[in-house]
Amino acid sequence: MWFDRINWPDIGTALSQTLSMVSVSLVLTVLIGLPLGILLFVTGKGQPFARPLGYGVLSFVLNIIRSVPFIILLIVLMPVTVLITGTSLGIRGVIFPLVVGTSPFFARLVETALREVDRGVIEASLAMGASPVQTIFRAVLPEALPGLIAAVTVTAIVLVDYTAMSGAIGGGGLGDLAIRYGYHRFQTEIMLVCVVVLILLVQLIQASGNSLVSHFSRR
Amino acid sequence: MIRLQAITKSFAPKRGAPPVLHGIDLSVGKGEIFGIIGASGAGKSTLVRLINLLERPTSGEVFIDDQRITDAKGAELHELRRSIGMVFQHFNLLSGRTVAGNVAWPLELAGRLTRAEIAAKVTALLARVGLADHAQKYPRQLSGGQKQRVGIARALANDPKVLLCDEATSALDPQTTGQVLDLLQEINLELGVTIVMITHEMDVIRRACDRVAVLEKGRVVEEGPVAAVFLHPSHPVTRALVREAEGDGPLETGGIIGQHLRLTFTGEGAHKPVLGGIARDYGVDFAILGGRVGHIRRNPYAQFSISLTGGNGLGAVAALQAAGVAVEVIGGAAAASLPTGIATRPERHLHVV
Repeated sequence: MWFDRINWPDIGTALSQTLSMVSVSLVLTVLIGLPLGILLFVTGKGQPFARPLGYGVLSFVLNIIRSVPFIILLIVLMPVTVLITGTSLGIRGVIFPLVVGTSPFFARLVETALREVDRGVIEASLAMGASPVQTIFRAVLPEALPGLIAAVTVTAIVLVDYTAMSGAIGGGGLGDLAIRYGYHRFQTEIMLVCVVVLILLVQLIQASGNSLVSHFSRR
Repeated sequence: MIRLQAITKSFAPKRGAPPVLHGIDLSVGKGEIFGIIGASGAGKSTLVRLINLLERPTSGEVFIDDQRITDAKGAELHELRRSIGMVFQHFNLLSGRTVAGNVAWPLELAGRLTRAEIAAKVTALLARVGLADHAQKYPRQLSGGQKQRVGIARALANDPKVLLCDEATSALDPQTTGQVLDLLQEINLELGVTIVMITHEMDVIRRACDRVAVLEKGRVVEEGPVAAVFLHPSHPVTRALVREAEGDGPLETGGIIGQHLRLTFTGEGAHKPVLGGIARDYGVDFAILGGRVGHIRRNPYAQFSISLTGGNGLGAVAALQAAGVAVEVIGGAAAASLPTGIATRPERHLHVV
């Protein structure tokens, strides 16, 4: 291995592409997945707005998306991606499938985090005259905050994983670089560096997620 | 104040699930501390939740201050619930908010007071429940008794007319239970808040309540002033609950000679030297078969089961009654030889207290 053959600026560019894909998709995933997760929670069995039919339909659709392997979802969604963003390539082309791929996953995590909230707290809130909407936004969500932060952390890591995969269809980023140079051009050292950078990135995300969770959990 | 009328409750009436409550008729007077006692599964949690409509009756009506509230919805329902505080067995505090934040919560939800007014009210409420020094702590830093004090302060935040206590002391140790019951009585006395308390412990009823209803399999099997129900329980379930509180089994008097009587002394009479004097005057002898002494709320009572032998038994009984002692025949010699006006079990003896 010759580390002097590594083009560090390339790695830097790829890292910044990965970071922007992860951060933009993460924000959009939270914006879409959080309401979906709340919807799953409130329409679920035994909840204030229990709607078995609505819950069933939503749950079914989300499960279908979650069943499709991400690499296949990338390809299947290409025509839609082109319609929405004008291209299926680069960072712009990859954010839409990333958000579609992770939102259902995040929504499930949100649903689980909200279900973890003590039912007694919900009952207390209703008993003191809170409306169901107040109960969800002023009791359930704040109480679930540590769980929600953990869900965002896990989702961010899944996004790092998915951005690497999207490299295969021209998405850019560290995954793309690793495959193009490390695999197709047999520059194993570039693959190695990319993997090390990804490992560090994931560790960093997990560590900061953990410290936020412990800061906000007062149970 | 609170009136439940012909209430039945079934959780899945369409699927033919057996009702949890059958034909409950209860009324709770203003300023009263009303206890509802029963074993777990008797339906008492469901019953107390009908009062703030956390549960809706399958049939029957709920009245508060003579207003029918059975179908209250939306804003009306939220307003109603603000006038009824609730305290829970497991406190149900928000773990992410401080003690002060928890007490402020119902005030924030109501949205009538400014931030400064809320802060002032929270300070006053915390002082009332003795937690002024803990305002900035989080619930997990508190003991069980302190958590329940936060729960009580929170329940009082919107100046409720009624306080519902759902097994409020069941998760607490005996000493803390006493302190929380004292606090509730103080609140009842000073603020005139009507309190409905559910519990499975007769001790809680004896120490804190004015009246009690005994619930068994969704029916009220006995109801009345605590002294009457506690000292002269008529239903087997009530007797079992009383015995449990006394830590004693049923009295076995099979082989013991003489007339078996139960004497109940209440109020001032509980401390008078009546028994020895009457034994001398009427030449009777007595053996004590069982007994208990204590207080019902602040009133002393003493209750003895005795066997009476020799001398002028009838005279002695009459003298006991004249001295204000409630006398019941519980066995032994034939009850027919006794003067009328002495109750025999299981009839309820009513002239107590």
